[in-house]
Amino acid sequence: MRPDDATLTREGLAPSGRGRVLLIACGALAREILALIGQNGWDHLDLHCLPAILHNRPDRIAPAVEAAVIARGAAYERVFVVYADCGTGGDLARTCERLGVGMVEGPHCYAFYEGVADFAEKGEVTCFYLTDFLARQFDAFVWTPLGLDRHPELRAMYFGNYTTLVYQAQTDDPALTALAQSHAERLGLGFERRFTGYGDLAGALARA
Amino acid sequence: MADEDDDLILSELDDEELVAQMFDDLYDGMRDEIMEATQILLDRGWAPYDVLTKSLVGGMTIVGNDFRDGILFVPEVLLAANAMKGGMSILKPLLAETDAPRMGKMVIGTVKGDIHDIGKNLVAMMMEGAGFEVVDLGINNAVEAYLEALAREKADILGMSALLTTTMPYMKVVIDTMKEQGIRDDYIVLVGGAPLNEEFGRAIGADAYCRDAAVAVETAKDWVSRRHNQMQAGA
Repeated sequence: MRPDDATLTREGLAPSGRGRVLLIACGALAREILALIGQNGWDHLDLHCLPAILHNRPDRIAPAVEAAVIARGAAYERVFVVYADCGTGGDLARTCERLGVGMVEGPHCYAFYEGVADFAEKGEVTCFYLTDFLARQFDAFVWTPLGLDRHPELRAMYFGNYTTLVYQAQTDDPALTALAQSHAERLGLGFERRFTGYGDLAGALARA
Repeated sequence: MADEDDDLILSELDDEELVAQMFDDLYDGMRDEIMEATQILLDRGWAPYDVLTKSLVGGMTIVGNDFRDGILFVPEVLLAANAMKGGMSILKPLLAETDAPRMGKMVIGTVKGDIHDIGKNLVAMMMEGAGFEVVDLGINNAVEAYLEALAREKADILGMSALLTTTMPYMKVVIDTMKEQGIRDDYIVLVGGAPLNEEFGRAIGADAYCRDAAVAVETAKDWVSRRHNQMQAGA
């Protein structure tokens, strides 16, 4: 059964208990990881997602990952962490190194969807990125936590220096594209859709 | 605010009550009320500097403390800052004409590759509130912009801000360039931003990491006074 976004945001996803390699991932990547596992027949991978809302509290990511590795890792041959740095300032990489587990390269999921090297080269500092998951969960991750539901007048203080909302599409979904475009309008930003597919995520999981 | 405050007539409050009400209104981000109360105090003969420090800065300090303690969150702090800005817009031209104390001059800006300026703007506003002259370079500043402004403005303090873990290392580029040019010790260098910490500040050679705007003000005051004492001792 496909996990719903609200559960992935607040609770995450428990592992199935099958497979030799445990993926400990951000809940925002659950659907994409499950799709890749299904497409490639990677039955050796089991997926455990932490609540995606940790995205908004990067200081809590490394401790949460460490707790998950300690709690669940012993039941598997190895563990692979499907987070990028995600604003932890290197904390997550240091934690993974200490625990002897691998993790995905790059600063954010925005970077590995687009390809870490391409993303860095573009250097689009005035772009605000949404993935499929974040487009669906825009209110929970952006609009409400920033108080824009209660105080839309704060919009310029948050987004006045941005120019464009870039929607990195993992799937072809016209309804989701329209939704992402409506988010751009709410933020007063230009809109660009880029189809990225799963980007570097597929390669990272193949090596997990 | 509660309904009972809807009928509150600010001009009927005495000074003490009005300042207390301004603390409440700042906390609630009520810009119009803050501007009205600021004007009332000025009309009653308060010096602009006293209005600034005793009402606006006093109120904003409470907001800052509650943010630090997890009672208030970013949206509420921004609303409060917006209200304070309303009061500052009345006071600023008057402060320039009066004998308000001058604490020192700060050049501040967000580093290259980073366009986030909420924290930097809060620091700039609170530094101005504390009597510092602030030259705000805005966002996305290369090392050349910082160094040119420091020299041009004869500044005492350099403030650098970053929100992204990918851009915060650029602060070291700026400090290293200052060292290469032999000007590092001519300035107090303060750094801040959500992903930074004290260890990072030390590692890149800054004088101090400032956790929030209130700490930035206290740290700046402390370093300026230390420098002043050193210069006097060396005279």
